[in-house]
Amino acid sequence: MTQRYVMSIDQGTTSTRCILFDWRGRLVSVTQREHRQRFPRPGWVEHDPVEIWRNLERIAPEALAHAGVGPGEVAAVGIANQRETTVLWDRRTGVPVAPAVVWQDTRTAALVEELSRRPDAHVVRERCGLPLATYFSAPTVRWLLDHVDGLRERAERGEVLFGTMESWLIWNLTGGPDGGVHVTDVTNASRTLLMNLRDLDWDPVLLDFFGVPRAMLPRIRPSSQTYGTAKRVLPGVRISAALGDQQAALFGQTCFRRGEAKCTYGTGAFLLLNTGAEPVASTHGLLTTVGYQIGDQPAVYALEGSIAVTGALVQWFRDQLGIISTAPEIETLARTVDDNGGCYIVPAFSGLFAPHWRSEARGVIVGLTSYITKGHLARAVLEATGWQTREVVDAMNADAGIALTTLKVDGGMTSDNLLMQFIADVLDVPVVRPMVAETVSLGAAYAAGLAVGYWPDLEGLRRNWHRAAQWTPAMDRKRREEEYDNWRRAVERAFDWVRPAAGSS
Amino acid sequence: MPGPVQSIERAAAILRLLAQGSGRLGLTEIANSLGLARGTAHGILRTLQLVGFVEQDKATGKYQLGAALLHLGTSYLDVNELRSRAINWADALAARSGEAVRIGTHLQGRVLVVHHVFRPDDSLQTLDVGMLLPLHATAIGKVLLAYDANAAAAVQEGEPERFTRRTVRTRKEMSRVLATVREHGWASDVDEAGPGEAGVAAPIRGYGGLVVGAMGISGATERICDPGGRPRPELVGYVRDAARAVSRDLGAARW
Repeated sequence: MTQRYVMSIDQGTTSTRCILFDWRGRLVSVTQREHRQRFPRPGWVEHDPVEIWRNLERIAPEALAHAGVGPGEVAAVGIANQRETTVLWDRRTGVPVAPAVVWQDTRTAALVEELSRRPDAHVVRERCGLPLATYFSAPTVRWLLDHVDGLRERAERGEVLFGTMESWLIWNLTGGPDGGVHVTDVTNASRTLLMNLRDLDWDPVLLDFFGVPRAMLPRIRPSSQTYGTAKRVLPGVRISAALGDQQAALFGQTCFRRGEAKCTYGTGAFLLLNTGAEPVASTHGLLTTVGYQIGDQPAVYALEGSIAVTGALVQWFRDQLGIISTAPEIETLARTVDDNGGCYIVPAFSGLFAPHWRSEARGVIVGLTSYITKGHLARAVLEATGWQTREVVDAMNADAGIALTTLKVDGGMTSDNLLMQFIADVLDVPVVRPMVAETVSLGAAYAAGLAVGYWPDLEGLRRNWHRAAQWTPAMDRKRREEEYDNWRRAVERAFDWVRPAAGSS
Repeated sequence: MPGPVQSIERAAAILRLLAQGSGRLGLTEIANSLGLARGTAHGILRTLQLVGFVEQDKATGKYQLGAALLHLGTSYLDVNELRSRAINWADALAARSGEAVRIGTHLQGRVLVVHHVFRPDDSLQTLDVGMLLPLHATAIGKVLLAYDANAAAAVQEGEPERFTRRTVRTRKEMSRVLATVREHGWASDVDEAGPGEAGVAAPIRGYGGLVVGAMGISGATERICDPGGRPRPELVGYVRDAARAVSRDLGAARW
């Protein structure tokens, strides 16, 4: 039987999706299932790893059934996953020892504070490229080892395994307690704070710093390479790729050359720039991370700029203010006026991420006059996403020493023409949208197909990338600079809002 | 002439009831007020809920008037909402057909382009969103004329512009063309808007089959049509499948 398709599994924060792609990168079938979000205490966010595994058991065969194909027609499966979310499970029974701790969970805030006060705390950024923060995996693992009875001893004896979601799913697919393969890929490992960014292996200094036993860690493998064969759910299908979701989108957008960048616009936005074979240390508030690694070739690195609130501001406008009834109506409302009327919204709902990293900042609306209508506010909502993108791009240009020439975009907000035009205007570079919007899934499928020879090389993948739309900059320079200056002054007004509670240091 | 339709009378009574007083009522209260069996009232409420005229509170299970009813006077479907709901299917249509895709709605006697996907050959193309096209000379326009009474009413006066020798101009000829469009469920234009240009389009429908726009491909006549000058059947199939898929997502059940 000919192997006509590649499957991708996108294990995301709110749902798990299975997509079958054909050789030309076209979508053949899609299945999806949401899982529960658990908030047992303020700041805690958990998932049930068993529920996620059961969802996969259900939707993967469904995706095959919708397309009318058997597992024998699938050349390989690739996994893209929510990054940093941490699962610990028992090697013998396959039962998780605790709920999965999601990247949004802030239970480790005090631990991170304590760790960053240690004199040797500088080793973290030096060795793994990331700042010490709650959403990376290592503090979470440490927290669980400290808080679950007897866990540290079991972990040291190798009875308990650690993994991010792709490790958990691959281990289960390849047999679970019955010979499951315990692996992760370089992009996921690069988000743990435990991997040395140059060696691409667990760093003994970092393991020691966080107190994480090596025996519990998966083997780090390239993003595109066959890890094993599925024994369950997709029997006989090779599992040939794993990437963190944002890295998968970079791959799906075929940003294979140094200097190519993509931005995914969802609730928040993630801009990743391919920096080639060398990790670039950021001095402008960006994260250094692994972009992907194909087989035994050298890894490709990326700079990442994360923006906490983009689409979430539109949702706030809809759900909390009730000014619009659906998200796309923001464009209709914004088009009732010609400009922002002098109004700016800085959506620092939980502080500002890249490039500022100011956790004490809070949202502001500035420039209000009696002239301002809801149309102006709608414009300011969209423009906030444009200016936040501009700040991250400026930081990238400064860090990488190469100026961005085109921005490839994906995600739900790309259906907003006014916003896409505004982004092109403020960046002063063309913004292009690819024909396949599902870039995260496509990236995982590409990496898997590449590993098994379903696609011959990166150039073959590039030929599948087609421009669906392009927005060309049209704003004059003077206006752009004046508006950017206004935006920066608005951002300054968001700083220094939350004061430390009295008595705390 | 048939008599009044009972279920519509009952639906109207339920809406009037909900428009009075606090505006939040449970199923039993509604059924009792109107002397209906619970099952009957529930069936009508579910249909009203489906079309957006009634909303049910998740926590209490009580019913109230829906947002769609409040916005009845304004546009039925926001064009940006239409684009957002159609974008994946429009991409898929461009990928399958190899041609540019446009979605259009009626605006003051013209076609307003609300979405445009480039032809997937990476040649230089510019985004047409916001552009106005003639109703009588484009496949999208003909679909709107065939199914949208407001569009048809807007072009009653005046002589339509002639772009090529094949542009449909007389009212008689147009009625014949539109009858064919309604019969087949799709429209085409071949060398009518410009020499060597052709297009195929099909209607996008919402709840109850109401046509909210049209979706189509356009490109060189030699690619869109067979040597006999007729649109290629496989392309027509792709267009109709894509328009049906969007319609299903918008809640049109039968198409």
